[in-house]
Amino acid sequence: MTELVLLVDAYLVDALPEIWFGAVMFALAMYVVLDGFDFGIGMLYATRDDEHEKETLLTAFGPVWDANEVWVVAFGTMLLAAFPRVYSRVLADHYLLALGFVLALLFRGLGPEMREQRDDERWKRYWDYSFIGGSFLAPLLFGTLAGRWIFDAPTLSLPALLTGVGLVTVSVATGAAFLTAKTRPRLASDLRTYGIIATLAYLIGVIALLTTVVVTDAGGAAETVLSLPVGAIVVLSVVAGGGGSVLALRGEYRAWLVSALGLPALLSLLVALLLYPNIYPPTGLTVREAVVSPLALNLVTILGFPALLLVLWYFKFLYGVFSGPIEGEGYKN
Amino acid sequence: MFSTVLPDVLIQGWALQLSPELASRAQFGWTISVHIIFASLSVGLAPFIVYFTWKDVRTDDERFTRLRSFWVKVFAAGFVMGTVTGIPMSFQFGTNFPQFAEVAGELIGGPLAFEAKMAFFLEAVFLGVLLFGQERVSDRTYILSSVLVGVGAWLSAFWILIVNAWMQTPQGFEMITRNGMEVAKLTDPLAAFFTPRMPWMYVHMVNASVISVALLVAGVSAYIVWKKRDAAAWNTALKLAVIILLVTAPLQAVHGDAYGRHVADTQPQKFAAMEAHYDTGTADLHLLAFPKSIDAITDPKAENLFTVSLPGVGSFLATGGDFDAEVLGLNEYEENPPVAIVFWSFRFMVGLGFLFIGLALWGGYLIYNGRLSESSRFLKTMIAASPLGYAALLTGWYVTEIGRQPWVIQGELRTSEAVSSTLSGTEATLTLVGFVVIYIGLILVALHVLRWLVEDELSELGVRASDDDRWYGPVPKVSDDD
Repeated sequence: MTELVLLVDAYLVDALPEIWFGAVMFALAMYVVLDGFDFGIGMLYATRDDEHEKETLLTAFGPVWDANEVWVVAFGTMLLAAFPRVYSRVLADHYLLALGFVLALLFRGLGPEMREQRDDERWKRYWDYSFIGGSFLAPLLFGTLAGRWIFDAPTLSLPALLTGVGLVTVSVATGAAFLTAKTRPRLASDLRTYGIIATLAYLIGVIALLTTVVVTDAGGAAETVLSLPVGAIVVLSVVAGGGGSVLALRGEYRAWLVSALGLPALLSLLVALLLYPNIYPPTGLTVREAVVSPLALNLVTILGFPALLLVLWYFKFLYGVFSGPIEGEGYKN
Repeated sequence: MFSTVLPDVLIQGWALQLSPELASRAQFGWTISVHIIFASLSVGLAPFIVYFTWKDVRTDDERFTRLRSFWVKVFAAGFVMGTVTGIPMSFQFGTNFPQFAEVAGELIGGPLAFEAKMAFFLEAVFLGVLLFGQERVSDRTYILSSVLVGVGAWLSAFWILIVNAWMQTPQGFEMITRNGMEVAKLTDPLAAFFTPRMPWMYVHMVNASVISVALLVAGVSAYIVWKKRDAAAWNTALKLAVIILLVTAPLQAVHGDAYGRHVADTQPQKFAAMEAHYDTGTADLHLLAFPKSIDAITDPKAENLFTVSLPGVGSFLATGGDFDAEVLGLNEYEENPPVAIVFWSFRFMVGLGFLFIGLALWGGYLIYNGRLSESSRFLKTMIAASPLGYAALLTGWYVTEIGRQPWVIQGELRTSEAVSSTLSGTEATLTLVGFVVIYIGLILVALHVLRWLVEDELSELGVRASDDDRWYGPVPKVSDDD
């Protein structure tokens, strides 16, 4: 009976609200990392003219994109479950960006799936546009939304737009790294060039963003930006990006992939650091103030965390089944 | 803000602008109407996929290879449509109805998060394996993948309906003030998850999904059999669909009857709207209703309808046995749901339900005589009936959701209070128009895809598509000039 009372009146562990902030940011990181390379594949797809090369890119994308995309739902619903005020206000305050983003996801997802349904030049071309356009707009709008969220900045402002561009470039970088690890040498060396350029553009973008924030003190984040942890993240990003580019040039694509995936993960960590202890600057609420009551949070912890571990296992299984380079007609048969 | 960037004048100038509330409701209603078709397609098709996959892998029977391959393609296209139309749903809780999301956050956030983690991921991951991995995993893992995809779909419906059932019969919470707002605080998780409505809704919805898919399978099979009578696989599929309808269609009627009684107990206002029952007193049951005038369509009341009624049976049903029982009328309430939509939707759904029983019995009789694929009349009827399951399913949901108005959470929060206070009519109208245009395109694409799958199947069976069956899209077949 005492245990039951504990469950109702107090958090399972005292730091549970902070743990949930971390869990929500973890889901965000998973989304930005995994769907990020999907977006990258979509944008790099625009550089391919050869039907066979296009098919190769779509084969890499096919079995995993849908599962990757679900992380944005996991992120959103975990935010709702733990911090309903933040979920409501962030989405309501960025109405057109949020719905523009989901529509971009719609076109991105339908593109490859519908393209396969009919062997007709123009039909395929339109769905190619849908795939490419969606893959570009989704990270741009999501990143811009995140920039507004973190820095309390208008849509057409440097902090918001640079966050959007940062997400676009990092997606191209990870997409290129993912594809080079999975395709034949000629295509791989072609994509590698785009990947390296995108990596450099991303690093410049992040540094420009943080400089802007320090100069304008957007969202009052200047002080945090100048702190040691943020500095460490910048240094690590430069190391991962620069080192990754060297690895790419040497043709060590698997190692490049690992360091490239580190970039969006570090970006998500940066987001968490910039926000904490606040969670949505315009409301002025801290993590502790915005969190739900103990019983509700304990419940989603007890039921949700084992489920999250299971999900991670599914992903290990999925990527295990579809590991290794794509040969000939791809994974099919 | 974006609204300063957008040509505000443009939309206002065309006098197209709706109020944020009306536009938000129309947008949510429209987007969920499209989404639910694909979502229930996954739920209903899942058992078929499991069965076909299992028979295919275990028996090497060519019929089941064909059926599995065809219906997995339909499932995959439907699942993608379900994903891309489902994500806007969860976003709209925040973009359009943020007060609802905040007030109900503790109650709905958990189930929605569990849906993503326990169901949606399961379905998405193992669908990847089902579609692309047959040569990469063992037979057992492959069959298991099909089962897990199905479990994912059914679990998804489970968690989503927990949320919806709570909105109909909310319990397990108390209202508190947090950050200056009255919000619901979870006090009893079991009560909040397993509300009185939950089991009714789950059975009714899953069964409706299976019926809708059985009708779709029957319709497609009937079309192919009609074109090629000896198509073995499709004769099997037709027979299977009819047998499933023979079980599920009567079950839905019996279950629906008891469900109606439960609604009368828990949401008397909705029940009164379903029967257009205005004056408190004995309620009749209108088996059939015909409007006497145009007014009677838009404002149905017992006195302006020709009805075939069972006197007192409304009371009997509402109370479970008392013909003279008093049933609360709509005049008792300050604000009522749009009675016409609820009243006519309910009749439409029930009417179709009885039609499905009739079709099932007809098919069963033909199976008994061994003439299922011989009756052209039956085949043509089943082809015509293939979308009707979805028509019944949608109108059923209109009864449930529109009948709950003016409440979004029954008795606790009004829909008008849930709508975003920062949303402008311009923004809301703009996105509404966008969703309407894009989703109409989406439906047309989905119908074309289904048609092409059927045509491909026919050409594989050696049936030449006649010239008038060709696709006349905006795309000429040959174009060298670009």
